[in-house]
Amino acid sequence: MKQEYNFSRRFFLKTSSALGALAFIPRGVKAFYEDVKNYIIPTKEQIPLKVSINKKSYAIKADTRTTLLDLLREDLNLTGAKKGCDHGQCGACTVHIDGQRVLSCLTLAATLPGKEVTTIEGLANGDQLHPMQEAFIQCDGFQCGYCTPGQIMSAVACVNEGHTKSVAEIKEFMSGNLCRCGAYNGIVESIQKVAAQ
Amino acid sequence: MRPFLFSKSTAANQAIAKKKSNTQFIAGGTNLVDLMKKHIANPDNLVDISSALPNKVENTAQGVSIGAMMRNSATATDPTILAKFPLVSKAILAGASPQIRNMASMGGNLLQRTRCPYFYDVTTPCNKRQPGSGCSAISGENRMSAVVGHSPQCIAVHPSDLCVALAALDATVKVMDKSNKTQSIAFKDFHRLPDNNPEKDNNLPADALIQSINLSNNNFAKNCSYVKLRDRDSYAFALISVAAALNLNGNKIIEARLASGGVAHKPWRWLEAEQFLKGKEATIANFEAAANIATKGLKPQMHNAFKIPMLKGAIETALKQCLNP
Ligand SMILES: Cc1cc2nc3c(=O)[nH]c(=O)nc-3n(C[C@H](O)[C@H](O)[C@H](O)COP(=O)(O)OP(=O)(O)OC[C@H]3O[C@@H](n4cnc5c(N)ncnc54)[C@H](O)[C@@H]3O)c2cc1C
Ligand code: SF4
Ligand code: FES
Ligand code: FES
Repeated sequence: MKQEYNFSRRFFLKTSSALGALAFIPRGVKAFYEDVKNYIIPTKEQIPLKVSINKKSYAIKADTRTTLLDLLREDLNLTGAKKGCDHGQCGACTVHIDGQRVLSCLTLAATLPGKEVTTIEGLANGDQLHPMQEAFIQCDGFQCGYCTPGQIMSAVACVNEGHTKSVAEIKEFMSGNLCRCGAYNGIVESIQKVAAQ
Repeated sequence: MRPFLFSKSTAANQAIAKKKSNTQFIAGGTNLVDLMKKHIANPDNLVDISSALPNKVENTAQGVSIGAMMRNSATATDPTILAKFPLVSKAILAGASPQIRNMASMGGNLLQRTRCPYFYDVTTPCNKRQPGSGCSAISGENRMSAVVGHSPQCIAVHPSDLCVALAALDATVKVMDKSNKTQSIAFKDFHRLPDNNPEKDNNLPADALIQSINLSNNNFAKNCSYVKLRDRDSYAFALISVAAALNLNGNKIIEARLASGGVAHKPWRWLEAEQFLKGKEATIANFEAAANIATKGLKPQMHNAFKIPMLKGAIETALKQCLNP
């Protein structure tokens, strides 16, 4: 607590002396300060959140900027979902919200209350792997494994949605998940296998 | 991301009342969160509108009304849309990825910003991002850029697939403005050309909310097609896209619709080519002639003259596919 007080006091002193100094500075510089001050002294907001992840509820406090992906990885120690690009372009962060596959890197944690999140950690039933996890192992659906949690979450949804009628359809509906190792054939095989079950 | 305050609204008028200066609405977040991470959008306040707007397809006297919060994926698989407006479904499914379509809202899709690489790179001049700073694309990397309707201020294209289908079908956009009055904007007037103020993508009134997208019944459901050409088979923005629809009586074209993405700052209608096809037989020769009319007099950039023959081929292919959808 003490530390925090010192920090904000120092911050206050710094900014207020900067403001004081402004009185002696020409107009153009003042206008410049007006423009940039919002960037120097932003209002941060920590909000209380109740989120449900893999059927477990968490009561947390998070900065409004926190994405679901960062919440999982940095705060809740659920590091299954991966950060590949952080911009919606690779699918490594795929999770399910209310049963639908979505990208956790573009989902703000603040929008989660009232929804159920499922991550790769919530897929297995105790020690028993989900059939899609089994299939990925049996069909060599991965090499380095980095894209795999996202691929598996997406693959489970792909089967649930019924987009498995042909190899072409599977590829089209798995196109949101990139794999740098090129394990695509094994991934398609895994999906065919589970779809046939 | 810059820090911001977050709140959620459960009604449209409540969300609009919260719209102070530098407030932004967030729907699916697939574009806005990305822009915020890149410091291109820097709102002080974010208002979550995901529970404030309709999210269903409803039948109306003239056709259907698609709620602005309906997700792209739900719209694409909606039985009414599939039966009456399959072109909308085809265009949606050609865009983004299943994950993004599950998140993206119909309203947000209309308002997504350009994918011009300089718009995304805050270290470079860009009139759209920072008015008056210049356009880096004109003398830079411009193979994705516009071939029609561009200005010396901006040569960017609108990235949406859905909007190309909506333009072809003459949709209207129902919006609620700051004084809670609703109005309908014809789709052709919704997006705009860059002219001298490319920072403005569209004519949505300030602080207004999109409530729904409305489509009137038509005779295009049987013969329509969406062709999208891009750098890879899937999950990439269009270099060229074509939405084509024919209303046929036997082999005679009663009415034709042709629109494109990847060519202009707004979804582009090929009206002259449509006019040419009207009353003609649906033959390969007439399709080729229509494609020639559409691609006449276009003005490509330094790096994208390839778009002209590509567009010509895409128009011909889309029209042919209309006969065997
Ligand atoms: C990797 C990637 C690939 C993509 N590929 C494609 C593609 O191939 N084709 C394609 O068409 N799209 C593509 N997209 C774009 C995607 O379709 C859009 O980002 C999405 O449709 C935006 O909808 P949203 O609900 O997420 O909008 P948000 O990001 O929530 O909002 C976007 C903007 O719209 C405003 N807004 C949203 N709803 C309303 C409303 N009802 N009223 C007023 N303002 C509103 C917000 O304030 C914000 O300014 C891609 C996106 C990504 C990340
Ligand atoms: S084309 Fe438009 S968006 Fe791209 S750099 Fe020029 S002004 Fe910016
Ligand atoms: S990390 Fe989310 S899509 Fe790449
Ligand atoms: S297994 Fe290595 S990236 Fe897919």
